[in-house]
Amino acid sequence: MTKQKKPGLVPKNKLVSYAVNLVLLVAAYLLFFVLIGSGVINRYTSGIMTTMFINIILTVSLNLVSGFLGQLVLGHAGFMSVGAYTAALFTLYSGLPITIAFPIGIVLAGVVAAVFGVIIGVPALRLRGDYLAIITLGFGEIIRVIILACDFTGGAKGLRGIPTILPQGSDATSLSLAKYSYVFWLAVVTVVVIWAFVRSRHGRAVIAIREDEIAAEASGVHTTYYKLFAFVMAAFFAGVAGSLYAHHIGVLDPSKFNFDYSVEILLMAVLGGLGSITGSIIAAIVLTILPEFLRGFEDYRMLIYAVILIIVMLFKPSGLMGQHEFSLSRLVSRLTAKRAGGAKQGKGE
Amino acid sequence: MAESEKKSVPVLEAENLSIVFGGLHAVDDVHFTLHENQIMGLIGPNGAGKTTVFNLLTGVYTPTTGQIKLDGRSILGKKTYQITKMGVARTFQNIRLFKDMSVLDNVRVAMNQKMNYSALAGILGLPSYWREEAAVEEKAMDLLRVFHLEGHAQDRAKNLPYGQQRKLEIARALAGDPKVLLLDEPAAGMNPTETAELMETIELIRSRFHVAILLIEHDMSFVMGICEHLVVLDYGRIIASGTPEEVRTNPKVITAYLGGE
Repeated sequence: MTKQKKPGLVPKNKLVSYAVNLVLLVAAYLLFFVLIGSGVINRYTSGIMTTMFINIILTVSLNLVSGFLGQLVLGHAGFMSVGAYTAALFTLYSGLPITIAFPIGIVLAGVVAAVFGVIIGVPALRLRGDYLAIITLGFGEIIRVIILACDFTGGAKGLRGIPTILPQGSDATSLSLAKYSYVFWLAVVTVVVIWAFVRSRHGRAVIAIREDEIAAEASGVHTTYYKLFAFVMAAFFAGVAGSLYAHHIGVLDPSKFNFDYSVEILLMAVLGGLGSITGSIIAAIVLTILPEFLRGFEDYRMLIYAVILIIVMLFKPSGLMGQHEFSLSRLVSRLTAKRAGGAKQGKGE
Repeated sequence: MAESEKKSVPVLEAENLSIVFGGLHAVDDVHFTLHENQIMGLIGPNGAGKTTVFNLLTGVYTPTTGQIKLDGRSILGKKTYQITKMGVARTFQNIRLFKDMSVLDNVRVAMNQKMNYSALAGILGLPSYWREEAAVEEKAMDLLRVFHLEGHAQDRAKNLPYGQQRKLEIARALAGDPKVLLLDEPAAGMNPTETAELMETIELIRSRFHVAILLIEHDMSFVMGICEHLVVLDYGRIIASGTPEEVRTNPKVITAYLGGE
């Protein structure tokens, strides 16, 4: 068994599937770009799409902590608000042209949220158990009250006049396209980074902590470090999502980032399947669009929403995808195998 | 205690080890020396403090008094993961596998401590990521082959039968190339055939991985059959120590196990 593998070489099938995924992503991006640009998708719908991509970033990042690390977080909206206010204040007061200030604001939002992640995470994650849930719950509320109490954040009146992401005078369609481009590619970056993290040695350590913290520690995993790493990474992306939200809506109201919103994000992660990135994406899409479809039944909207959730939880308690990931290459290989005689099928689950 | 072996290099030394839990001396003045390539047994009735000794050795508890040395260096005050990195690996009385991870990943997690690529290299898929991952997969598969688990590499750990779960836990402990392997009741819940198989496996481990083994076990035929040296604990204290023959005939041991008048 002395196979001479060339060191450092990426397996060919992996390269192919990466390339296919990239092509599909670009194709999807261009498709919606054209649809928005030509007005087939109106501004209202493209606004919902923007919210949807922001929710994908939030849900996937939360899933890293609640799904892969196995720690409950009840204050994700808190990190989002930190990012939102950071980026908004930066673009408001930095004096830089918005096309430069906005990208910097996004990174800054992530970094500041990550710093808060460290501050919250260090005391909470050194302990074993569900302390993180309580502490993040408290954090989410405290940060909201602080924002309410401060002057520079606009207090209860909210922060107004956040600049649009294009210079003034740009038309509505190009603004929609710019927003769409930002949220689309940042959602892609979030998903790819978290996916790549999870399949690396660091991600394995994180999953091992979820499975059995004591055994992970005994296997040489520095549990505190990896818990903090995953948590801070999630906080970073929540901050990024906040910065996008701030510039999408244009007005920040502290009451938006309340406990309900944190739970809503958690709900998406749970519904999609804790430990499944693709599940999070699907759930974020469905749960963003669903309320819009139900707008016609205004009175029963939340009722229907709740019933759908209960049904999913009854029949698939681990969420839509469980811990599985949707993989295009696996789907293709399964389909082709079926056509070739169906010798090996149903090996999934 | 002085047992003269031909080339007895001490690997793990415990001196005057004690721990007190609120007035209870769970482990009291325990001392032993584990030599290179030795298989030593730690036995005693239930509640004698055997697992507590393991927890002291692996840094789960910090001893109230005493000293623990690995290769002559003190490991007191070190965290569990640091001690594991230094070369003390263990298994657990109740199997603690990463249940929802694949068999291969269970082993790969324990190899993490020997890997070097950064989180950034992993996320960006730099050459160091692919190189190290390929190397680790090969090494992990080799290790699984030793335990005849290679066919289950992609199965979830929780789906393995009991005996194989025990084996996987040992394989995981060996994944970090330890100097000392601590086995907490490896034969618990096994039938005689599986126990006999396990004895062979442990002998194989010793010869193949050059690791000193300290094991806790209640199955006396197993202990007598495999250990070169035994330490008997009762109420946290060492009541006897020596070769299996010496211990078997020791009246104190008989009293501890069967009760005396």
